[in-house]
Amino acid sequence: MRRALIATVAGACLALTACGGGGTATATPSSGTPITIGVSVSLTGDFSSDGPALQKGYDLWAADVNKKGGLLGHQVTMKYVDDASSTTQVVTNYENLISSDKVALVFGPYSSLLTKPAATRVDRLGYAFPEPAGGAPSVFALGLHSLFFVQPAAIEDNLVSYTNWLLSLPADQRPKTAAYATEDDPFTQPQVDKAKSLLEAAGVQTVSYKVYPAETTDFTPLALKVASSKADAVILGTQVPDAIAFVKTFITQHYNPKTLIETAGPDQGASYSDKLKANTEGIMVPAGWASGSQAYGNPTFVSEYVSKYGGSAADISADSAEAYSVGQVVDQAATKAGSIDNQKLIDTLHSGTYQTVQGPMGWDSVGKPQGGVGVFVEQWQNGTAVFVYPSTVAAAQPEYPKHDWQ
Amino acid sequence: MTLVLEAAVLGILTGGVYALMASGLTLIFGVMRIINVGHGALVILGAYLSFVLWRNLSIDPFVSLVVTMPVMFVLGVILQVVFIRPLKTDREALSVLVTYSIALGIEGLLGYFFSSNYLQITAWYDTASFPIGDFRITYVYIYGFLLCLAILGAIFLMLYRTTFGGAIRATMLNRTAAQLVGIDVDRVSAIAFGIGMATAAAGGVVFGITNTFNPGSHYDLISRLLTIIVLGGLGSLRGAIIAALVMLVIEDITAVVISPVWASFVFFVILVAVLLVRPQGLFGLRVRERL
Repeated sequence: MRRALIATVAGACLALTACGGGGTATATPSSGTPITIGVSVSLTGDFSSDGPALQKGYDLWAADVNKKGGLLGHQVTMKYVDDASSTTQVVTNYENLISSDKVALVFGPYSSLLTKPAATRVDRLGYAFPEPAGGAPSVFALGLHSLFFVQPAAIEDNLVSYTNWLLSLPADQRPKTAAYATEDDPFTQPQVDKAKSLLEAAGVQTVSYKVYPAETTDFTPLALKVASSKADAVILGTQVPDAIAFVKTFITQHYNPKTLIETAGPDQGASYSDKLKANTEGIMVPAGWASGSQAYGNPTFVSEYVSKYGGSAADISADSAEAYSVGQVVDQAATKAGSIDNQKLIDTLHSGTYQTVQGPMGWDSVGKPQGGVGVFVEQWQNGTAVFVYPSTVAAAQPEYPKHDWQ
Repeated sequence: MTLVLEAAVLGILTGGVYALMASGLTLIFGVMRIINVGHGALVILGAYLSFVLWRNLSIDPFVSLVVTMPVMFVLGVILQVVFIRPLKTDREALSVLVTYSIALGIEGLLGYFFSSNYLQITAWYDTASFPIGDFRITYVYIYGFLLCLAILGAIFLMLYRTTFGGAIRATMLNRTAAQLVGIDVDRVSAIAFGIGMATAAAGGVVFGITNTFNPGSHYDLISRLLTIIVLGGLGSLRGAIIAALVMLVIEDITAVVISPVWASFVFFVILVAVLLVRPQGLFGLRVRERL
């Protein structure tokens, strides 16, 4: 009896697995009918600051595309589901969006941490997965043909421009020592580790290297450790809370490195600067997008954003621009393919170059950005974040060494 | 060596703030035998209240406690009367569900009014510091610690030098016996819950100056506060203070000497070791429960 029961349950599991695995879940909508695009966003939890910024970018794109007649004639409605920044909830959300809600397309969530589990499930369900924020090496290691990371470069290369700039300085001005601290996160750590290896190879001595758990809430001891190293250059793998906490501790300790870069935080506009005021001066961040850029559609994006959400161009989070880019890419691919069928979109996105507010980009077979413009170095100067490197895009000279805290 | 000393001093100062936040939690458990998992959300609510007064009326965050602590006290009394008092059976289990619902409600309301953007209260003393030997101490940690001493001192005085404090201690020792000798335990419970909320407001203001916060920040906070009161002994105010100091000092020293990755691990090893020897925590009372 017991064996029969186990066999029945196992059989049911197998049947369910077979039903859920592979294949496109929906037929392509007929011409002119409205469509829904599904997104799992982090409205609560660790990424609850980035989730709404992502949502704003998607909403702005949807409004734009509808204004010009829709996505290949289909009026677009966005459907958002909160994933609470949870790696399990994000999978459930995409499963429901595709299988139950029958959305026509899906766009990606925030962070590599959430993109990785979601991408595997979305791929199994036969959908294209253009995504704005999952660029860690572990995401591309999945080997998914349906994934497209819509940023100018893979995450691990984010600090390469910065290290190039440091190493381009005259030898007597170049930092002799560097301190590193990074969150144990697939977005931050690969960037910091690559920068560390590049600088060490060039003779910059590592005087401190710390990796801290993502759930850390008290960053002061870590910042004290970095400050005590007295390093010339400080490279931090941060999100918003730790980016602010490190700087505040450096200020209290009267520790002012010659150069300071944070992987995220300084790119969040007023959300960052209103906590640090004038002390943002000289702080750098790798950025693929700047509000003042003249890239494809960017001036329109910026003016529409300010008109819809208020504030100024400096208040716009890069997350919003990255999300908007996802829509731009899909729009161009749909036009090129003459269809919004997911398989056709996947095939089309693997060829050619697409224009976005972050600049042009294309992808290799696993969705890694190829041949794009790369990630630049942005620096806060006089209350605004401006591109300072490379010189081809620079709006100002890099401030080096950075000014003392105020 | 300087760094270790600096981490130890920092651990003591921040430990004081955690002690303040945990004191309300342990007081509530002691009096009502309920685990208030919404306590972290109430601390964050306190931070938001001070943030509003600071941003809109330019009231210094510490001065804003004159307003926020009474407001939170009244809110605590209302919450206790409306949500906790009706629980007549299986209070310990049901209280977890009820207080978790309160936490979710507060998180939702804060998200609606303030969005999920990270906020922080800023004041001149959050980055100003003074030297002690080879390192510098930020004023806000000193002010936070002094606030902790003042409020915890007031609570101890109230508990051990007033008739009402005697009623609270009697209720903590034996709720049924306290009722039998004529103590209005419902009133004691409501006021104790209010006091717990008022301490949450005080802890919240320091938390809001030293950390960025958003409506979801309470999850990390409550897990740390629960750990503190388990180590200190559920219901023990003295235990919560000692445990908070021990936790923060150990974590901070481990973070700078070994690695931040090991900071929580080392603390939990000590927690498990203590619980093996003293299952009731450092200062908790061993209670024989009817099975």
